Amino acid sequence: MSAAAELVALDRISVQFDLGGGGFLGGRRRVLRAAQDVSFSIAEGETLGLVGESGSGKSTLGNVVAGLQPPSAGTLRFRGRAMDAATWREARRSIQIVFQDPFGALDPRMPVSDIIAEPLRIRCIGSTAGRRARAAELVEQVGLPRDALNRYPHEFSGGQRQRIAIARALAPAPALIVADEPLSALDVSIQSQILNLMKDLQEAHGLAFLFITHDLAVVNHLVDRVAVLYLGRLVELAPRAELFARPSHPYTQALLASVPRIGVRRHRRPAISGEMPSPLAPPPGCVFHPRCPKAQDACRHDVPALAPAPGRPAQLAACHFKD
Amino acid sequence: MSAAVLPRTDAALSVWRLRWRRFRRHRTGMAALAVLALLGIFALAAYPMQWFGGFDPDATDLLARFDPPSAAHWLGTDEAGRDELVRLMVGGQISLLVGLLATVFGGTLGLLIGIPAGYFGGRVDAVLMRFTDGMMSLPLLPLLIVLGAVDLTKLGFSPEFARSGAAGFWRIVVIIAIVDWTSIARIVRAATLAVKERDYVRAARASGAGAADVMLSHVLANVATPIIVSFTLTVGRVILFESVLSFLGFGVVPPTPSWGNMLNNAQELVTTAPALAVYPGLLIFFTVIAANFLGDGLQHAFDPRSER
Repeated sequence: MSAAAELVALDRISVQFDLGGGGFLGGRRRVLRAAQDVSFSIAEGETLGLVGESGSGKSTLGNVVAGLQPPSAGTLRFRGRAMDAATWREARRSIQIVFQDPFGALDPRMPVSDIIAEPLRIRCIGSTAGRRARAAELVEQVGLPRDALNRYPHEFSGGQRQRIAIARALAPAPALIVADEPLSALDVSIQSQILNLMKDLQEAHGLAFLFITHDLAVVNHLVDRVAVLYLGRLVELAPRAELFARPSHPYTQALLASVPRIGVRRHRRPAISGEMPSPLAPPPGCVFHPRCPKAQDACRHDVPALAPAPGRPAQLAACHFKD
Repeated sequence: MSAAVLPRTDAALSVWRLRWRRFRRHRTGMAALAVLALLGIFALAAYPMQWFGGFDPDATDLLARFDPPSAAHWLGTDEAGRDELVRLMVGGQISLLVGLLATVFGGTLGLLIGIPAGYFGGRVDAVLMRFTDGMMSLPLLPLLIVLGAVDLTKLGFSPEFARSGAAGFWRIVVIIAIVDWTSIARIVRAATLAVKERDYVRAARASGAGAADVMLSHVLANVATPIIVSFTLTVGRVILFESVLSFLGFGVVPPTPSWGNMLNNAQELVTTAPALAVYPGLLIFFTVIAANFLGDGLQHAFDPRSER
C-alpha cells in the first residue's frame, strides 16, 4: 500500500470559523476550531476511514478535500502538486463527493440523466448526446433500471438515491470519492448493498475513498487505513488491522471498547466518560486529557505529536503515553 | 399517477421535453394556452380587418353612436360611432403586449436582482435589497407622474419617436416594469436562500460549477414556483394598471384603444351602453383567468412532485 503513489495529501491543515464578537462592538471574539494541524495522505486506490464523534471535524476535513472549504492554514497537495488554481481545475474533476442525506443531495427538479451528467456538463466534457450515453451507462453500473434516466429523484427510495449520487460522482471518472457518512441515513439492509456497491466500484475503477463515518463496523468492513479524529485533531492514524488489534491512543481504545457486541458481556473498562469539550474552547495540551484515564501533568500542557507506536512504525498516535 | 402513465424509454430526454410532456397532460393549462392563443389571434385579426375589410378603429361617425350590433358593425359602435369590434382587436394588441412585456421585463429584473442577492448574501445582498426596499418605499402615484413626464428627446430619442404611439407604449412597459419588479425580487431572494445551502448545490460546486452555472441550473428551476405564481398574478394587474396610466394621460393616449382605456371610458356610459363595458371587461377577465391556469400548468410542468 505504501508503494502506491500519493493521491491527495493534507499537510498541517487547520480550519477555523470566525463566529464574530470582538472588534467594533466589543464582546469576546469567538473562534470555532473545526480542525487543527491535521496531516494525512491518501494513496491511489486506497480507502481511508475518517472516524470520530459528531463535532470532531470529520465532515469539515471532507469538505476541505472536496474543495468546498478553504483551509485557514496548511497546504493541500494533489498528486504531489500544491493546490493552486490550475491544480484545482484538474482536482475538481478527479475528486467527487457523496453526501450523507440522499434526499438533499439530488436536485428535485432535475431528471436523473441530467443529475448524473452534471459534473460532465459543468466541465464541458463531451457532447450532450455523449453525456446522456454516459449517464445511461452509469445508471446500469450502479444497479438502477435503465428507465430511471427520465425520472425525477422523488420517485426513488433513499438507497436508490444514494446510488444516483454515486453515479454522479463516478461520471467524470474520478480518482477519489469523498464519502461523507453515505450510509448513516439508510436502513441497515440497504447500507450493506451500498457498501458492496462501493467496494465493487473500487475494484472496477481503482478508486480511492475518503470514507467519513462514525460507524466502526463499516470501517472494519471497507477501509485500508483509519484516521481517528477527536476535537479537530488527528489522534491516531493506522492500518485497519493494527488499529483494531492493538489501538494505541486511549481515545481509540475507549472508542473500540464502547462498540456493543452481541454475546459479549461488557467488561468494565474505563470507557469514555463525559462529553467532548466545545471546539470553541478546546482544552490546552492534549485535547483528550479531560476525559483520559491516563492523563498526567504533561498532558495538560504539551500537545503530543503524531508518532509511531512502540514497535509498530505504520501505526501513528498522538499521545504521551501510547501503547 | 402521472409517473406511472409516462412512457418509459431507454434514451435520456432533455429536461425541457420532460417538462413539455408534463405540461401537455395538464388539461386546464393546455386549455389556457389555447385561450391565450385565440386572444392573440383575435388581436392580430385587426390587421386583415383594416387592410381588406376597410375598417378603421379611429374613424368616427357621429350619426351612428351607440349603434347596436349590425351587419356593418358586428359588435355595434361606441360613443363616437367607432366600430367596437375593430377597436377591441387593436386594443387587444396593446393590452396583451403590455401585459406580456411588462411582466417579462419586470420579472427578469426581479430575478436579476433577487437571485444574486440571495445567492451571494453579505454585502451584495445588503446593497441590492436596500435598493429594493428603497424602490418599494417610493409612493406610486408621484413616481408615475415623474416617470410619465420624462422628456424622451432629452434621453436621446428622436422627436418623431417621442411623439409616436410606440413611445407611449414603451413608456408604459418601462414604467410598469420599474414599479413591479420589487416584489418578485423579494420572493426570489427568499427562495434562493433556501436553495443555495442544499447538498446538490454543494455537489455542483465541488465539481467546479461557478456561481452563474449554479444559479442557472439549480436555483432558477427551484425558485420557479414562486416566480410563476407572481408572474401570473402580475399579468392581470398590469393590464388594468395600463388603463390607470392611460387615464392619468401617460402611455396609450386616446384615440388609440386599449382594453384598459376602453373599460375606463365605458364606466361613465355604463347606464347608456353597458355592452361597451362588458366587451373589454370580458376579454380582460378571460386573459387573467387564462394566465392563472397557464401558471398552474407551468408549475405542474416544472415541479415533478406535483400531482393532480
